[in-house]
Amino acid sequence: MSTNLALAKRPRQKDHPLWFLIPALVVLVVFFFVPTLFNFVYAFTDWSSFKSAINFAGIDNFTSLFTNGTLLNSLKVTLVYAVLVAVFQNAFGLGLALLLERDTRINRAVRVAFFVPVIMSALAVGYIFQALLKPDGALNAILGWVSGAEVSIPWLGDTTWTIVVVAIVHSWKWMGLSMLIYLAGLKTISDDVLEAGRLDGAGRWTMFRSIRFPLLAPAVTFNVATALLGSMNGFDIVQATTEGGPGGTTELLNIFIFRTFGQGLFAQATTMSLVLFLAVTILAFPVIRYLRKREDVL
Amino acid sequence: MSTTATAVRRAPRRRFRFSFQPVAAILVAVLVLGVPFWLVVATAGKDRAEALDPDLKAPSQWHLLDNFATVFTDGKMLPAFFGSLLVMVPAVVGVLILGSMAAWILGRRGGRLSAAIYALAISGIVLPPAVVTIVLLLRQLGLAGTALGMIGVYMGMYLSTVIFFVTGFVRTIPHELEEAARVDGAGPVRVFTRIILPLLRPVLATATILICLYIWNDVFYALFVIGGRIDTLPLNLYQVASAGLYLQNWHLIFAYIILMSLPLLITFMVAQRRIISGITSGAVK
Repeated sequence: MSTNLALAKRPRQKDHPLWFLIPALVVLVVFFFVPTLFNFVYAFTDWSSFKSAINFAGIDNFTSLFTNGTLLNSLKVTLVYAVLVAVFQNAFGLGLALLLERDTRINRAVRVAFFVPVIMSALAVGYIFQALLKPDGALNAILGWVSGAEVSIPWLGDTTWTIVVVAIVHSWKWMGLSMLIYLAGLKTISDDVLEAGRLDGAGRWTMFRSIRFPLLAPAVTFNVATALLGSMNGFDIVQATTEGGPGGTTELLNIFIFRTFGQGLFAQATTMSLVLFLAVTILAFPVIRYLRKREDVL
Repeated sequence: MSTTATAVRRAPRRRFRFSFQPVAAILVAVLVLGVPFWLVVATAGKDRAEALDPDLKAPSQWHLLDNFATVFTDGKMLPAFFGSLLVMVPAVVGVLILGSMAAWILGRRGGRLSAAIYALAISGIVLPPAVVTIVLLLRQLGLAGTALGMIGVYMGMYLSTVIFFVTGFVRTIPHELEEAARVDGAGPVRVFTRIILPLLRPVLATATILICLYIWNDVFYALFVIGGRIDTLPLNLYQVASAGLYLQNWHLIFAYIILMSLPLLITFMVAQRRIISGITSGAVK
């Protein structure tokens, strides 16, 4: 081996041996990629707990899930839920960040308080809101006290609006995280830019709309992407509040997968798991790419 | 009281003008956080009859400690706590070590192969795990319902996150530091354990926090992999809350929620500054 200058300067390949990758790759392949590949196989079988043999079944699972409407329903519910969560979580997070932007002692304490739901179990949050949102629960009691009349809105029993309520609960749990990301984003905006805007006579709203919000693009990207991914993989909060009801109007793909798996219909659960995989792949990557592009324009 | 102290200290920089902002901030916190949290504490302090319909009234008599004792003994909390630790600790240690090893190589080596492996390795951040076929695979491996299987599943899920965070960090470490050790005759293993691993501490701290948060609170994947075999705190909460025996026992459910949230809550209170800066540093470039 001749050690000429160029080689000595650039790190040689054997200084970073490839075998360092092997343990991580083995775990990734065995516990992540192989099951994902299995998804594409077992979705086309009749695997269930009722018989020991697993036979090829073509696209039977897809046609039956499609014709009885569950596939489209769960897919629709999941997408609506994801969009609602992305909107609410970011609106709440940004609102809180703007409200608590200044570094006062009160603001710092309130920020910490808003982070508590983030570190709580999502299942626990779901149970708390199940109690809070009962027809004779605390929220209706407060509304009744404010309005002076008896209020008994079935927050978790409406076939149209419950998905919105549950999405708000999901956003309640995670808005502290979005707030922190937005606060960090607001901090990165240089004072010179803001000063220039102020000198040009921009009011608060113009400042926000034309200067601060566009400069928050990286924070928006992160928050929208994590909110979309988190809610498409959602389970805990919906399971703890509605279990997919009323009438399947909040039945996310993961709720369906869990329920069908519990019934022993493994192939159908696998099929829905594949649908979720495809939905995330088709949706998440373009969304992230779009948001990234928006950052570049600035 | 302490707020007035800072106000006085900062007074010279601020105009004496009444501001609605602190009032608004506190009002929002009380309405949005105070109501649900009070509901939890108040209900957890009631007896069964009073807690039947959870409301915001203060308990006529506080039974908080009695309820804690009940869920602790009847709710099998201690085994669940150790079950949670049993799957979380090895999984976190495992992803940190394997992830850093891989990230060091991926961050240092150029070329198409490394780029392809990196792209594949971090795809798990976005892609959802195939939860049903994981169970099938674990059965074939003889790991179904075991802690080892659960640890493997968690490692497979969160390795991507670690590799993503750490690779970015590795690229900021100057080559010269490694080079100096190499001149002294250190091999790759020595360079990694003595030079790189200690330098990765801040990013590993962030990753630890994030992954602990996910695993400690996970119920979905645990239901599939170890449900009914090993108890973890969230699994146990799920059983406590959905079992017929406990139905409508809101005082016990909320007492359980308080107790199971305490470990993370205390950790957060102690290390909040680090946690918050750690989480935000990764998100906004």
